[in-house]
Amino acid sequence: MATATAKAPKEVPLKFKKRRMTPLRWFFALGWRHLVGMVIVLYAIFPILYIISTSLYPNNSIDGTNSLFVAISGENYVNLFQDAARPFATWYFNTVYIGIVTSIFSVFISALAAYAFSRLRFRGRRAGLLSLIVIQMFPSLLGLVAIYGMLIEIGRTFPAFGLDSQLGLVMIYMGGSLGTGTYLMYGFFNTVPRELDEAAKIDGATHTQIYFGIILRLVSPVLAVQMLLSYIGITSDYVLAAVVLSKPESLTLAVGLRQFISDPFSRDWSMFTAGAVLSAVPIVILFLYLQKYIVSGLMGGAVKG
Amino acid sequence: MTNPFSGGLDASNVKRKSVKQLYDGGTPSLRGTIIKIVLLALLDAVTIFVAFVLFMREQWLPVAVAIIGMLIVNWLYLRRGGLPAKYLAPGVILLIAFQVYVLFFSAYTAFTNYGSYHNGDQNLAVSAIKAAGFGPVEGAPQYDVKLVQDDKGRYNFMLTDAFNGKVLVGGSAVPLTEIPACSQAISEVIATNATTVAEADCKIEILADNIAIAVSAPGYTEATQAGLSKGQTNSLAALRLYLDPNDTQGQFIKTEDLMVAVTNQEELIWNEEEKSFLRVTDGVVFNEAVDGYFRAGGAPDGEKVSDIGWRVEIGLKNFEKIFTDEDLRQPLLKIISWTFIFAALSVLTTFIAGLAIALLFNDDRMRGKRVYRALMILPYAFPAFLSAYVWRGLLDTDNGFVNNAILGGAEIPWLTEEFPARVAVLLVNLWLGFPYMFLITTGALQAIPAELTESATIDGATPWQILRQIKMPLLLVTIAPLLIASFAFNFNNFTLIYLLTEGGPLDSASSGYDAGGTDILITFVYKIAFSSGGGQDYGLASAFSILIFIIVATFSLISFRRTRTLEDVN
Repeated sequence: MATATAKAPKEVPLKFKKRRMTPLRWFFALGWRHLVGMVIVLYAIFPILYIISTSLYPNNSIDGTNSLFVAISGENYVNLFQDAARPFATWYFNTVYIGIVTSIFSVFISALAAYAFSRLRFRGRRAGLLSLIVIQMFPSLLGLVAIYGMLIEIGRTFPAFGLDSQLGLVMIYMGGSLGTGTYLMYGFFNTVPRELDEAAKIDGATHTQIYFGIILRLVSPVLAVQMLLSYIGITSDYVLAAVVLSKPESLTLAVGLRQFISDPFSRDWSMFTAGAVLSAVPIVILFLYLQKYIVSGLMGGAVKG
Repeated sequence: MTNPFSGGLDASNVKRKSVKQLYDGGTPSLRGTIIKIVLLALLDAVTIFVAFVLFMREQWLPVAVAIIGMLIVNWLYLRRGGLPAKYLAPGVILLIAFQVYVLFFSAYTAFTNYGSYHNGDQNLAVSAIKAAGFGPVEGAPQYDVKLVQDDKGRYNFMLTDAFNGKVLVGGSAVPLTEIPACSQAISEVIATNATTVAEADCKIEILADNIAIAVSAPGYTEATQAGLSKGQTNSLAALRLYLDPNDTQGQFIKTEDLMVAVTNQEELIWNEEEKSFLRVTDGVVFNEAVDGYFRAGGAPDGEKVSDIGWRVEIGLKNFEKIFTDEDLRQPLLKIISWTFIFAALSVLTTFIAGLAIALLFNDDRMRGKRVYRALMILPYAFPAFLSAYVWRGLLDTDNGFVNNAILGGAEIPWLTEEFPARVAVLLVNLWLGFPYMFLITTGALQAIPAELTESATIDGATPWQILRQIKMPLLLVTIAPLLIASFAFNFNNFTLIYLLTEGGPLDSASSGYDAGGTDILITFVYKIAFSSGGGQDYGLASAFSILIFIIVATFSLISFRRTRTLEDVN
C-alpha cells in the first residue's frame, strides 16, 4: 500500500501526466484506495444507516428490520413523544440541561486552572500538573459507592442536592472537571505567545483583563471543542446517572433510552432507534462542524469518553 | 489611575511599579472589584445559609468545614497577590469535595464490611432484626382501637378490651398505660348491658349489643383517621406498644389496620443493656460478634441471628478475600487477564486500522478525502452509549441485522457465548475507536517532513523500510502518550462492556459473583457493588476499586515517564 506513497513525489510534479493516466494505472495508483475506502466507509456507517432506517419503519417491529429503507414513516417519532411512562422529551431536556450546565462550568473552571499552570510560576506547579494526569486516570465510577453514600447524606439536609436530584449529579460531574480538560487546555494556552500578555501587562491590564480579554478570546475555538467533548462525555455517561437518578421524569437519555431495550419482553426497537436518532443528530452535526478543531484537540491528548 | 504607584515620573519609580504590577497583575479596575465583591458576597450568603441549616441539625463537622472553607476563600480573593491560588481555587475546591473525599471514603469503605447486609449502625440493624419475626400470642386479649390525640396534638391509640373491661392508652411517646376510670366505665356498660351512656370524663360509645368502645378520656380527645397523612398512617401501623415499658418479655400490642389490635410475641427479644438478642423458642442468646453480626454466644463462628448486621471495620479482610478466596479466584483471574487482553487488543486493533487507513489516504492525488473523512468519523461522533445499544440490537443472534442480513442467516451467538461475545466486544470497540486513531495518525503523519521520505527514497529504501524505520518511530513519539491514555481508558471502559453485554454471558462456574465472559474488572466491581446475586458488598467493591486505581495509575505513570508528556511538565 505504501508503494504509491513513495512514488508519489516522482509523478505529481508533471500535472498533465495525471490527466493522461490510463484506467489500469489509475486503478493501481488510486482506484484500489477508493475501493478499500468505500468498504471502510460502509463498515463505519451501516449501523447508523440501520438505525435511521429502523426508526423510519412503520409498525412496531420488535427487533428491527433486515432490509434498509423499505418503508418510510414518521410514526415512531410521533409515538416517542406520546409515551407517558417514558417521557422522552423530558429526558431530552434533562440531558441537555445537565450537559450544558456542567460543560460550561467545568470548562470555565479548568480554563482558570490551565491559565494558572500555563502563565504563573508557583510552588507545587509541577506536582499539580502531575497529579492532574493521575486524576485523569481515576474514573469517577470507582468512587460510585462513596458518591452514593455522600448524596444520601447531603439529601438528608438538602434534598435538592441529594439522591435523585439533577443538581446533585451536576455537582458530581463538576467535581471531575479539573481532571478532564485542564491538561489539554494547558497545552493550548502554552501556544499563545507570552509576549501578548506581557505587552498588555505593561499597558496596565489586570490579570483578569488579560485572562478574559486576551487568552480566552484567542483560545475560544479550543474552549468550544472542549465544551463539546465535555458535553458528549457527560451526556454519554450511563453509570453515575443510573445510580443517582431513579424517578422516570428525572432520567437522562443514556439511562432512559435503555428502558426501551433492556426488558426482553417489552422492548421496543422502533422507539429506541427513533430516540437514538434524535439524541445523536445535534451532537453529530456539532462534531462535524467543529471537526477541524477537534482533530487538533485530539493531538493534544483528549480522549472522548 | 488613582493607584499611588502610577504617580511619579522618575525612572526608579517606574521600574519598581512595573515589577510590582507584573507580579500583582496590574491595577484592579473598579468594575472587576465590584464583580469580585458581589460574587464573594453571594458565596458567603449561600455558605452561611448552608451552615445555618447544618447548625440546626447539629451537624457540627460540616458546619465547621463550611465556615472554614468560606473564610479561606474570602482570604484568598481579598488579599493582594497569590494569583495562582485565585485561579486554582474553584477547581481545587470541587476536586477536594467530590474526588479527594470520594477517594478517601472509598479507601475507608474498603476496610469495612459496608454492604446491603451491613448498611448502617447497630441500632439500625437491631430495629431491622426486631421488625422481622413476631407472631400473635394465643389467648391474649384483643383490643378495639380508637385514635385519640393528647394535649400536645400527638396521635395515640386508645385500646378497649370490652371482654375483660380494660382500657389502655399508648403511642410513640406515651408508654402503654391503663386508664382506670375508663376501665371501670366500660365494665359497667358491659355488665349492665346498657344502651345509653351517661356523659362522663371517659366517653364510651356503644356500637352494638355488648360491644362498646372508649373514645376519649381526660387529656385525650377523639381523632379520626381522615386527618392522617400516608406517612403518619404507616408509622402508626408499625408502632409497637410494649406491655412492659422496659421490654424484657418482647410482648407488644400492634394494630395493622388501626381498627383492631392484638398482642404479639417477638421471636427475638432485644436486651438493651447486654446488647443481645434472646430467641424465645429455644432460649439461645445472641451477642455482638466482631464481624458485625449477632452470633450465638458472640463466638466468631456462632450461628447468626439474622443475615442483617451492622457496619464495622474489618481491617484487611476484603483484600484478604480478593487474594485468597477460592470462589473468587477462578473468575477473578479470568477477568483480570481478559481486562488486559481487552485493553491491549483494543488499542492494537484500532491503532493498526487507523494507521492503515491513514496511509491509504495519505496520497495527495486522491480526491474526495474530505468526504471519506467526514463519513468515517461518524462512529466517533456518535454518542458511545447509543452505539453500544445499537450494536446490541445488531448482534442479536436470532433477529440481529448482522446475522440475518450481512451473514445471510448465520446463527452466531454473538452475545450469548463467551468467545463470540469477546470477539464482538472487540469488533464493536474497533468500530468505535478506529476513527479516533485514524484522525490522530493522519495528523502525526502529516507532521513528518516530506524531505525525510524523499531522501530515503533516493537512497533506495523500499516503502516498507520507510514506514518501519522512518515513519513509525517518528509517529510513535507523537502518539505514544495517546496510546497509553487509550489503554487506560479501555482498561476501564465500563460503558462499552456494560451496555453491550452487561459483562455476560454469565459464567455458571462463578458461584455467587455473577462474573461473565466479557466482564472487565470495572464492570465486575460494579456488579459486586450494585447488582450481585450474592448481595451488594460495597466494602469488597471499594477494595477492588483501590486496586484498580493503583494498577492504572502505576501503569500510566511509568508509561508517561518514558514519553514526551512528562518532559513537557518539566
